[in-house]
Amino acid sequence: MDSIDRFFKKAGTLLHRERFNSELEEEMSFHREQKEKELREAGVAPEAAHRAAAREFGNPTRLKEQSYEVMGFRFETVWQDLHFALRQLRRSPGFTLTAVLMLALGIGASVAIFAFVDAALIRPLPYKDPTRLIDVNERAKMFPRSNLSYQDYLDWKKMNKVFTAMEAYTGAGYLMNTPSGVEPVPGARVSAGFFRVLGVTPILGRDFYDGEDLPGAADTVMVTYETWQARFGGRKDIIGQTVKLDGTPNTIVGVLPASFQFAPRGKAEFWATLHTLNSCEKRRSCHNLYGVARLKDGVTVQMALADMTSIAKQLEVQYPGSNRDQSASVMPLSEEIVGEVRPILLVLLGGAALLLVIACVNVSSLLLVRSEARKREIAVRGALGASPARLVRQFITEALLLVIAGGSLGLLCAYGAMQVLMRLISKDMLSNMPYLGGIGLNVHVVAFACVISLLAAALFALAPVMRLPLAQLRDGLTDGGRNSAGTFWRRFGANLVVLELAVAVVLLVGAGLLGKSFYKLLHVELGFQPDHLATVQIVLPETTYGKDPQAVAVYRQILARVSSLPGVKSAALTTTLPVSGNGNTNWIRFVGKPYNGEHNEVNQREVSSDYFKTLQAKLVKGRFFTDDEDASKPQVTIINKALARLYFPGEDPIGKKFGDTELTPKSLREIVGVVDDVKEGSLDSEIWPAEYDPANQNTDTYVSLVVRTSQEEKLVLPALVAAIHGIDPGIGAIDEITLPQRINDSQTAYLHRSSAWLVGGFAALALLLGVVGLYGVIAYSVSQRTREIGVRMALGAPQSSVYRMVLTEAGWLTGVGIVAGLLCSIAVATLMRKLLFGIHSWDVPTLAAVALLLGASALLASYFPARRAASVNPVEALRAE
Amino acid sequence: MTKKSDLMPGTLDMMILKTLTRGPQHGYGIALSIKRASDEVLTVEEGSLYPALQRLLLQSWVKAEWRSTETNRRARYYTLTAAGRRQLGVEQSQFETMIAAIGRVMQDA
Repeated sequence: MDSIDRFFKKAGTLLHRERFNSELEEEMSFHREQKEKELREAGVAPEAAHRAAAREFGNPTRLKEQSYEVMGFRFETVWQDLHFALRQLRRSPGFTLTAVLMLALGIGASVAIFAFVDAALIRPLPYKDPTRLIDVNERAKMFPRSNLSYQDYLDWKKMNKVFTAMEAYTGAGYLMNTPSGVEPVPGARVSAGFFRVLGVTPILGRDFYDGEDLPGAADTVMVTYETWQARFGGRKDIIGQTVKLDGTPNTIVGVLPASFQFAPRGKAEFWATLHTLNSCEKRRSCHNLYGVARLKDGVTVQMALADMTSIAKQLEVQYPGSNRDQSASVMPLSEEIVGEVRPILLVLLGGAALLLVIACVNVSSLLLVRSEARKREIAVRGALGASPARLVRQFITEALLLVIAGGSLGLLCAYGAMQVLMRLISKDMLSNMPYLGGIGLNVHVVAFACVISLLAAALFALAPVMRLPLAQLRDGLTDGGRNSAGTFWRRFGANLVVLELAVAVVLLVGAGLLGKSFYKLLHVELGFQPDHLATVQIVLPETTYGKDPQAVAVYRQILARVSSLPGVKSAALTTTLPVSGNGNTNWIRFVGKPYNGEHNEVNQREVSSDYFKTLQAKLVKGRFFTDDEDASKPQVTIINKALARLYFPGEDPIGKKFGDTELTPKSLREIVGVVDDVKEGSLDSEIWPAEYDPANQNTDTYVSLVVRTSQEEKLVLPALVAAIHGIDPGIGAIDEITLPQRINDSQTAYLHRSSAWLVGGFAALALLLGVVGLYGVIAYSVSQRTREIGVRMALGAPQSSVYRMVLTEAGWLTGVGIVAGLLCSIAVATLMRKLLFGIHSWDVPTLAAVALLLGASALLASYFPARRAASVNPVEALRAE
Repeated sequence: MTKKSDLMPGTLDMMILKTLTRGPQHGYGIALSIKRASDEVLTVEEGSLYPALQRLLLQSWVKAEWRSTETNRRARYYTLTAAGRRQLGVEQSQFETMIAAIGRVMQDA
């Protein structure tokens, strides 16, 4: 109550300052006049009475100020502080510019990275109650998270007691009939309740009905908002219209909201139901779906995992053939969506934070040096009556000013960095990370910027305040205190610089390890020659090429046409390109080997006869296919070395046969060749056993064309697409790209590259700032010791001993910093093991190189002050005192 | 030069409040009555009354209004409020306790 009353009184004074002053003035002059009158009446001469009255009254200006201070707010003085601080900063533009730039750098880097962390890891997924959404899948020996079989999905959905709903989704590719021809478009097939389990409702039309995903239901699709806008002009009457996908008319029933995103199927434009089962979905042993479910209230992820595992066990008993060793994988949906980028983002955030630490340490040591230089000024202000609180406030004001300038510039830099980083992410990659779409300076990000800025400001205000024991203000007036001050600064500043160097070492080691991992990743043994390879995806319309002989015929035609293109040396087809991912597996059983129902899981690829020749993968044994080995000839296969090693140790596999788990006669194949291990999985994955079957014996309507060129592989891409369309414009030809480019753009390479470059950038800046910091400390220490050096030299110390003295000091600091940094970096590198590839966290060459680099830079940074010290003129140094 | 005795800290406010118990008064009048009542011992720097009066105004212990003096001059008159009267009681008893304590110490010595 009282404080409110006081506030209003103060506010009133503020608003009517003129009146307050004039009334006070009037009151005071009344007082003096009365006094004067009284004195004159007592017989004092008018002149003397006037003077006496004024003397007795006191200094009216000061009294008015005091009165105003009682009745006014504090900010008048804040304004003065601000004014003074601005003047101070303007007076040393070098210091101000350096400090602001360093802060902007540190804050900008941290804020930019934090924006990504916020978008990916902090902001909730745009679904209803997203933390209750669960990713449910199967688990097999080689796949910790394997696809879900349709039949298993139906059983899991029915039998579970932990989910309010369980739905399934899978990707799809459609050939869409447009006025300009056939266009391949990405899509997805989902169970009917998929959008309901996410809590997404269409903005136009309706959601899928329950049961709309069952065989026999009508062909209906929903479209994304972007597709609605781009392909249908955002027309409201689109509901009920049909769109021809793969030659089949589908009725559009709904439009998804603009905010809808589903990272696992980020590119999908058309969302259909699972109502037409493909051949895979009819078999329990075939896995092609993913599950998503919503936890019941009170159910934890662990409980759900336990329930699903026990259901999987029951199914294993019930269907031993298909479900052997098929367990369950249950984790939060967010884990599936952002799990992969989390460690990288955290490492980057850590790197940015370390950079910020270095920047802050540098700025505070600059402030410390300045506070040394300003000791006299502070002492004078103290002597003239400034209270300690007021002096402290002056430092706080200056710190805040610096941080506001640095912070705003930092925010600008962060915004720019975000734009640049977003542009560096390929469109393809971005469609798999739709959560990055909303990146920008949102509330979280700005709040983060404010918090780190405030922390920095607190540090900057504290540093000089701690340095100035205010009780000893008076000492500052006598300049004799210089030597002890120098000692303090040397000790404290030295600690700071050791910290800085240690942090720089950590960042450099991190960058070194990541860079080396990336190099190793790009130079990993692929088992083939990726250069001069170009590829394009071919999608045959089922309506024209649904039957195997039709497909075989058109593939032969395509290969013949493409091979005759100028610059093409050879051409081949495969169902899955190398370096795409392990998967698309087959369970095999060997004729004549004991079998206990285990799943011998191997990568299965259908390739054309010239595939290995085109890839330039080495034949180890046996022979390659011939083009006429089609359905009319005995079934053959080529295996990789890994399969031979695992299942035929010490045996010759050529001539041996294997088939499916039941050894069905029509599944039997004879091994005719062994080929070198071609990297099928991502760059950092293991080599799996693999079988390569002739494409002519087992066709697919979705294949990749690979050609080896004699010229630059990029130049042949348009001709490839044209050649395919020249045969039949109804065939989809998409994603034309060179293989080196494809590998370079792969998620693994991308993530490793971006982390290596970003941490490398941080490390370079850290090195720069650290070395500048060291230079600052040494240079200041030399300037403080000019007299000492002068005396030494006057007493006959040679220049070399001065060099030695300065360099020893720098050497100690650097040495301690490097050793501490190396120890920390081994610990840090162990934490980021996950991001390293083919390299230990204590990689000695990297550690040695970093130590050497930092040592050399530090030597350079201290050489200049040392030279200045050695060239001190003793006479001048002593005279300067 | 006449030697001015320094006031004990905080006593100026109390004396102003006390003076105002005798009725509304302007700044000059307050200074005059403190001087007279203390037989000219307590001659404060007269101007320092005004910051003190602002302090009392802020705490709502006194009220101020402009009135005419007997000589028809405009002057700001200060009036004690009920809260001010209570505050005076508190300060006076604290002051007396302290004076008594100091007195005892000085006698014992």
